[in-house]
Amino acid sequence: MSGHSYDAEAYWKANLRLIFGSLVVWALVSYGFAILLRPMLAGIPIGGTDLGFWFAQQGSILTFIALIFHYAWRMNKLDEKFGVHEE
Amino acid sequence: MDQFYINLLFVGGSFALYIGIAIWAKAGSTSDFYVAGGGVHPITNGAAIGADWMSAASFISMAGLIAAGGYANSTFLMGWTGGYVLLAMLLAPYLRKFGKFTVPEFIGDRYYSQNARLVAVICLIVASVTYVIGQMAGAGVAFSRFLEVDSTMGLMIAAVVIFLYAVMGGMKGITYTQVAQYCVLIIAYTIPAVFISLQLTGNPIPGLGLFSTHTESGLPLLQKLNQVITDLGFNEYTADVDNKLNMVLFTLTLMIGTAGLPHVIIRFFTVPKVADARWSGGWALVFIALLYLTAPAVASMARLNLMTTIYPDGTAAAPLEYDERPNWIKEWEITGLITFEDKNNDGRIQLYNDTPAFEDEAESRGWNGNELVVNRDILVLANPEIANLPGWVIGLIAAGGLAAALSTAAGLLLAISSAVSHDLIKGRINPSITDKGELMAARISMAVAIVVATYLGANPPGFAAQVVALAFGIAAASLFPALMMGIFSKRVNNVGAIAGMLSGLAFTLTYIFVYKGWLFIPGTNNLADTPENWVLGISPLSIGAIGAVVNFTVAFIVSNATEEPPVEIQELVESVRYPRGAGSAHDH
Repeated sequence: MSGHSYDAEAYWKANLRLIFGSLVVWALVSYGFAILLRPMLAGIPIGGTDLGFWFAQQGSILTFIALIFHYAWRMNKLDEKFGVHEE
Repeated sequence: MDQFYINLLFVGGSFALYIGIAIWAKAGSTSDFYVAGGGVHPITNGAAIGADWMSAASFISMAGLIAAGGYANSTFLMGWTGGYVLLAMLLAPYLRKFGKFTVPEFIGDRYYSQNARLVAVICLIVASVTYVIGQMAGAGVAFSRFLEVDSTMGLMIAAVVIFLYAVMGGMKGITYTQVAQYCVLIIAYTIPAVFISLQLTGNPIPGLGLFSTHTESGLPLLQKLNQVITDLGFNEYTADVDNKLNMVLFTLTLMIGTAGLPHVIIRFFTVPKVADARWSGGWALVFIALLYLTAPAVASMARLNLMTTIYPDGTAAAPLEYDERPNWIKEWEITGLITFEDKNNDGRIQLYNDTPAFEDEAESRGWNGNELVVNRDILVLANPEIANLPGWVIGLIAAGGLAAALSTAAGLLLAISSAVSHDLIKGRINPSITDKGELMAARISMAVAIVVATYLGANPPGFAAQVVALAFGIAAASLFPALMMGIFSKRVNNVGAIAGMLSGLAFTLTYIFVYKGWLFIPGTNNLADTPENWVLGISPLSIGAIGAVVNFTVAFIVSNATEEPPVEIQELVESVRYPRGAGSAHDH
């Protein structure tokens, strides 16, 4: 990595920022909306129950999928941008 | 055609397919055997991860757990999917870049310590063996119910099939059979669910049907279900949980544990590039979600169907007469998984929650206790029969349940045998072994692992029932933190990592053993395993997340008090962070 060590450091920081942001959303939908904040969301009805129940049984899983694809897409772009992609 | 022959046709047909794939995908080198030659397409790998991951527990037991617990058991849905976010962002791409064959190998190299590698091998073997016993036992049950053979005999048949493709093909054979098994299991799971969702709500997508209107009553499905079961003294299906701390920690333990399970991690070693490892994680979760988004619908709809079968004229009217019970109840009574006892001798089936709160109501109706006990594991298997679906759907479910059990068993057996042949034999006992010799050692380890797993499946030891506590607890408290710190910290050193793993493990196992018995031997527990005794209301099943925190903390403190890892190790950490230069997985 010697040739572009500065770039490499910025790349790693960008990766950490992206992971941090993704994990905030990850925690918000599962531990937040589906569990701890469920009573606060009880006023939002969906299909005979409340939004928290929907997040617990459907919404969090759908969000997880979106998070992983978003991460893969952004990282593959970052690989190119910083020139650390595979040949 | 007789149902037995339909089942035989579906199960036999799927087995013929797996064996055909085995013959086609024979392993020629250790790279083929451990990582399928490293050339698996990310979508193919995603489907293989789906089958690898979705075990007999996901396929057979999970919907039953949710049906019984309602909202409270959403923990399994979130826990067993949320782990993939951690895996895809915190472990898989970097371990793929590292480019070796096994999980303990990374730990051994990164922490420049054969002892660290050995600790990882032991954790891997305990977690995977516990896990595989359940799969083998599950396959045995499925055989005995659908093919009317003795369950030990069924286990033997399953073992022979796994033997054929796992010993011959290693990871290569397992990968392609897992793809086929994924197709079988997902079709088997969704078809009955679609039919049932259409019957109850008119919506063909079960995950949407769950939040739709129940056609017959005009109420939302979940409200209808709440109404029916609360009439019979059960808790509301959608009721919130009081102990949120435990719910959070249990979900977290399942997530961290999922990300730390070696049989899942090694599947990411089979793709050609780091970018593919990232995509693989997404595809894996798509394939897994097809089942996991359907499972909660299956759960609530099957519970409602069961209730309306027993109370055909509504909960206020008299329940079904025992002599008029449907055929599926009779079939499952033979297996002992449904039992009936006419406590008030009225010839009818009273199914209700006989708690003190419901005592007055029960007495006024002349009920003398709940009379029907339905094992929750039969829910998915009996689902097509409960909904009166045609015979071929039942045959499909039989093939699907076996596909789920066999695919996970094969993945676990590969993780176990590669740890033995690569980490123990090649890594410790005979480092100069040739590739050919190691391939032979890998095949022999696999064969021995299958024999041991079959024996334990037929004679399950006490710890076999503790898959969640043991496999997920160990993976969360020992393997996941060691792997993550190995990538994200250059400072954590050999002493710190070993101290972290051992203390995380000791803390977690002690907490579990205090409530569940030392080494799970009945009667040796210090405290009864009830919520009143749990520290801060934390169940022994939820302790793995705290164990992970212990592991991280100890590793950091000990590492900072001792010397930095050598320069070449810091360079290794540096190199796994950048995708450039990742060849296919290889051996140095």
